[in-house]
Amino acid sequence: MTELTMGKALTAAMRRALADDDKTLVMGEDIGRLGGVFRITDGLQSEFGPRRVVDTPLAESGIVGTAVGLAFRGFRPIVEIQFDGFVYPAFDQIVSQVAKLHYRTQGRVKMPITIRIPWAGGVGAAEHHSESPEAYFVHTAGLRVVAVSNPQDAYTMLRQAIASDDPVVFFEPKRLYHAKGEVDLDADIADAAPLGLARVVREGTDATLVTYGAQVTTALDAALAAEDEGISLEVIDLRSLSPVDYGTVAASVRRTGRVVVTHEASREAGVAAEVIASITEKCFHYLEAPPLRVTGHDIPYPPAKLEQHHLPDLDRILDAVDRVLGRPSGVPEVTA
Amino acid sequence: MTDTLTPAAALASDTEDVARLLDHEGRRVRDERLDPWAADVDAPMLRQVYRDMFLSRRLDAEGVALQRQGHLGLWAPAHGQEAVQVGTAWACHDDDFLFPSYREIGIEVVRGVQPKDFVMVWHGAQHASWNPFDVHVANPQIIIGAQSLHAVGYAMGIQRDGGDQVAVAYFGDGATSQGDVNEAMIFASSYGVPVVFVCSNNQWAISEPVQLQSRTPISHRAPGFGIPSMRVDGNDVLACIAAMRWAADHARSGRGPAYLEAVTYRVGPHTTSDDPTRYRDADEVAHWKARDPLARVESYLRALGAFDDAFAQSLTADADRFTAAMRAAVVGATAPDALRVFDNVYAEPHSGLDEQRARFALYLDGFSDGGTR
Repeated sequence: MTELTMGKALTAAMRRALADDDKTLVMGEDIGRLGGVFRITDGLQSEFGPRRVVDTPLAESGIVGTAVGLAFRGFRPIVEIQFDGFVYPAFDQIVSQVAKLHYRTQGRVKMPITIRIPWAGGVGAAEHHSESPEAYFVHTAGLRVVAVSNPQDAYTMLRQAIASDDPVVFFEPKRLYHAKGEVDLDADIADAAPLGLARVVREGTDATLVTYGAQVTTALDAALAAEDEGISLEVIDLRSLSPVDYGTVAASVRRTGRVVVTHEASREAGVAAEVIASITEKCFHYLEAPPLRVTGHDIPYPPAKLEQHHLPDLDRILDAVDRVLGRPSGVPEVTA
Repeated sequence: MTDTLTPAAALASDTEDVARLLDHEGRRVRDERLDPWAADVDAPMLRQVYRDMFLSRRLDAEGVALQRQGHLGLWAPAHGQEAVQVGTAWACHDDDFLFPSYREIGIEVVRGVQPKDFVMVWHGAQHASWNPFDVHVANPQIIIGAQSLHAVGYAMGIQRDGGDQVAVAYFGDGATSQGDVNEAMIFASSYGVPVVFVCSNNQWAISEPVQLQSRTPISHRAPGFGIPSMRVDGNDVLACIAAMRWAADHARSGRGPAYLEAVTYRVGPHTTSDDPTRYRDADEVAHWKARDPLARVESYLRALGAFDDAFAQSLTADADRFTAAMRAAVVGATAPDALRVFDNVYAEPHSGLDEQRARFALYLDGFSDGGTR
């Protein structure tokens, strides 16, 4: 085991993929000599050369569209989108081409493309640098969507994403890039939990907290705080947003009977809405209280000095926990 | 708007300032740039080229007929564009990879796409028919210009593999306004990849004239990207062969991308759902019909003594067989299995979709006849 930041774990995963398979290449803006604006590709170009670690023109549709052509030729491109809010110029190529070519061609043309996106807020950044666009991609058939929450998953899941014959949109929480953890660099990805599985990161009995990405840390903090009040919270890291591992989620909810889903992304038609709808279908007779969402507001991402009011923090999660437990939350209900 | 467009209109749609080797009457004319690339094109080869053009024309007419008779949901006629399509494809090597839009019937004829594979998509049975790796032609792209980036990416792959192929991006005049086409030119130029851009300027993007897309001849844009270009008569198949040979040779020899603007005309509607009488004059269509690409090469072949009744009869017989097979494919087609809607969304298992599929199968099984399966 090696102690690594999430950023270094991601770098190590790409280094391993580049070393193992000469059809793998990395593309993106400023990823070469600079090593990426977050330094996630640091050192890769000097090690593997500019033909495999490719600085691209500043055109996101061009990056993803040429990755499609490279996949036609048998390559496995790893694409870095510089910031979450910069992915939209590539949206057409992702949604209409990357996601659909395998279906369109009856499986003849594979799209083993990994689209890495530095993601979400809490880092005091400028507009378009803190967004959570995952629901757009979850809604698109043909894409797999994952979000990592710790260095080991970052390493293992990125290697699994690269190895997958399906396109994977890979969300990397910026706010955890410098978080450290033990990483087994020799782990066989075939032995690790498959890419589509959720993980129970803390066991509990009174209610289930479902989340993903950097919000896993917030949820674990909330569970620790709730413990002081004698409340036992189970925390599930979804890891994969398409597919969602409802086996793990439903098993937990059937035991606890209460569920709160939390994410940074805004609420309307978001991942929490889908997860709660599915849980309600699968676990209705086990539920002791209406499931609740704790999400970002339905607003454009606010300026940095206001983002703390947008991001669902520990107290907002605990307020929802109180409500699903039927405890006085101190906040009156707003009637529709 | 017409006023402000008038000066550019003359330029962007000008059809005289183009390179050609056969004039409108099919007489061989000289062109310094093109002549060397057509020196070995003899009558036997041109007969083969003409055969593919003739087959494209007949295949296209059959597609329209099948649509009118209710067998196809839609058809995008290629009438009038046979020379650029067949000529440029003839100039390529068999393993050069072509990325067409939805109207490039001629290149698919050249590559031997089977009769049924021209109709099953428009019949609604499939989103794509032929295997692109068998014929080195990607399945037609519907999103305007998106395939230009795929061609450039493929060429980046050729560059990395050390291959001697080129990739070809086919698109129309409307597509030149798309960001993807411009981004493709930037990527291609910056990396110097072996790709040829072929813009079939057929004057109309549904109802919008080319003057709305470009205030200069489209070929003039390419040098601004660092890409050499040529403006060629897209109704002159000999010129299209020669120009494409120049462009492909340029790309293949490691000098980076090349660009062709082939000036042609969409004689028919955009698709069978379109009504071009709403936006263009009959005089204009008549003008272009008089410049028919098939008639031009036929005249040339007759002058060479290489076109007689026996040849004409063999062409007709071949086309009859081909179009009969197209018709048979759709008239006899059975509805696909319902559960096929779930096939190939993913290459690997996806628990969410797998559950939906299982549930839908059980639902269908509840019908005495298995639903529509």
